[in-house]
Amino acid sequence: MNAPDLASATVSAGTGYNFAYLDEGTKRMIRRAILKAIAIPGYQVPFAAREMPMPYGWGTGGVQVTAAILGAADVLKVIDQGADDTTNAVSIRRFFTATAGIATTTRTAEATVIQTRHRIPEAPLAEGQVLVYQVPIPEPLRFLEPRETETRQLHALAEYGLMHVKLYEDIARHGHIATTYAYPVEVAGRYVMDPSPTPKFDNPKMDDCPALQLFGAGREKRIYAIPPHTRVRSLDFEDHPFRVQSFDRPCALCGAEDVYLDEVVLDDAGGRMFVCSDTDHCETRRADGHTGEAA
Amino acid sequence: MYVAVKGGEAAIDNAHRLLAEIRRGDPAVPELTVAQIREQMRLLVDRVMTEGSLYDPDLAALALKQARGDVVEAVFLVRAYRTTLPRFGATEAVDTGAMTLARRISATFKDLPGGQVLGPTFDYTHRLVDFGLADGAGPEPAAEAEPEADAAACPRVTDLLGQAGLLEPSPPDEGAAIGDLTREPVDYPVDRAVRLQGLARGDEGFLLALGYSTQRGYGRTHPFVGEIRVGAVELAFTPEELGFPVSLGTVELTECQMINQFHGHGAVPPQFTRGYGLVFGQGERKAMAMALVDRSLRAAELGEAVAVPAQDQEFVLAHCDSLQATGFVEHMKLPHYVDFQAELELVRRLRAEHAARSAVPPSPDSDEAPLREAAE
Repeated sequence: MNAPDLASATVSAGTGYNFAYLDEGTKRMIRRAILKAIAIPGYQVPFAAREMPMPYGWGTGGVQVTAAILGAADVLKVIDQGADDTTNAVSIRRFFTATAGIATTTRTAEATVIQTRHRIPEAPLAEGQVLVYQVPIPEPLRFLEPRETETRQLHALAEYGLMHVKLYEDIARHGHIATTYAYPVEVAGRYVMDPSPTPKFDNPKMDDCPALQLFGAGREKRIYAIPPHTRVRSLDFEDHPFRVQSFDRPCALCGAEDVYLDEVVLDDAGGRMFVCSDTDHCETRRADGHTGEAA
Repeated sequence: MYVAVKGGEAAIDNAHRLLAEIRRGDPAVPELTVAQIREQMRLLVDRVMTEGSLYDPDLAALALKQARGDVVEAVFLVRAYRTTLPRFGATEAVDTGAMTLARRISATFKDLPGGQVLGPTFDYTHRLVDFGLADGAGPEPAAEAEPEADAAACPRVTDLLGQAGLLEPSPPDEGAAIGDLTREPVDYPVDRAVRLQGLARGDEGFLLALGYSTQRGYGRTHPFVGEIRVGAVELAFTPEELGFPVSLGTVELTECQMINQFHGHGAVPPQFTRGYGLVFGQGERKAMAMALVDRSLRAAELGEAVAVPAQDQEFVLAHCDSLQATGFVEHMKLPHYVDFQAELELVRRLRAEHAARSAVPPSPDSDEAPLREAAE
């Protein structure tokens, strides 16, 4: 995120809207919420989310956070399911190209701001980068306690017994913790936080990450954050330690192991292949000469 | 051979072009004008203005045209446009008692000062399809009446009952700041002003069903329609630099005052309580449903048990907004294959374990025993 300067607070040429769509007053309100969120890692800060020109559920929270932090010199990458070319990622990238006129990229290493839905890039993030998550349900306790008045109190008291009982019951019933995505984490030893519906495979990447991680939930009007180099621990038990998904084969295109794979159905006879969910990671590896069995 | 799916950009462009063509329909049929929609689909325009929280009949009509008649989509267009409008301030409170009436009915009094004014209503029509409309038959001219002497002769029913102390009075205006749920995040529990804002922009169908549920026993409130009035009121605004109110023009409103039985408690004597509904244009169904739900949501304030959905402000306010609801329901169309893959992996693992257990009959010293114990 480059410091927004006065020049960016002007109407973008051709669109009739302010730089990055939102007016400066709204951006200031969102930045205040972001600063508070950074100051209290994992705490959900209420903010006055605006009605955006894309539907709730399409990433309005992430879009507002991105709009509030973008400066004219930023380079934006947008991914959905790990891919730059999924329709909604394309749509959001275009939105900012049109309203902010900023440069975009598909390369993780080149981006200063990365907006994501459901994945964290495979390539390690660096200092100075910001990862903006789109969040549907920010409240990790929501499905255990539907009332906001109750869950806020539970967070205030750090009363997370409900969550531990839920995880315990999973183990009792299935032999495993049956949460595979949106797997709850404890941030900086205090707040239990929903990491958004990323697969739990990505949870370890959040821990001690040098990049700033911001989370925006538009419909639910909440922003939260993980500052750089913050301890993020996935909830577990001593005798049932947290573990991530593993795949029994490498990416069929680039041969990568230890990455998250998409299962692609090839025909109606059970044929399928597994390829990197992170398209940029896969392309970079192939450009470097790595090949998988199907390449 | 699989190649990573590319071409999302071209697909989006083409989908938008196709949408524009389909929206137009058969080019041999004349195109709808915004004015036609505004004049002849007026109740639809009113609903879009109400749920869009913006009084602009032309904009609502245009949104309906762009949305191919989809109400929620039209509301979405209006709301997204509204977000970008600058705020100059708040108008003076409108005086619905001084409304230029198009319609005014009361179900609680046979006759009352100002009388019952039926106005334009479907209420007593027989719902027989009028095939004459298909042939473009014009209507008979409407009957004319002498104008009423003055509006003061038509006070609000609630003001009439209130004079005798039978009806709870409106809380006095103490000039306290009024919340704005479009500018501040909702912080539950919220006061009645914010609840009414939420209900006013809430989905008509959702509020109708909730209001209906209170009539069928899920939080009964014994309601009567004290009054429904439809008409135009003047809107006044006090600019800071002038210091006195100037008229901005008129808006059409429908107001519903629902009167509810109340047995009193403690220091409060038995009296009638109220539920309130207010919408843009003519929207009696919505105004009535809103009034029913407003009264239900006052359960806690009036010392009643909060037991059913219509009494639960978090349930009602968090779910009554059609944009939020449609967004989250419809976002399921977006790709979820990363999460689905995670679930696939788990289900495969659980199935493999299940198969392994089924193949070997469980014995006291198998893995099964501690699991079952834990489950109990």
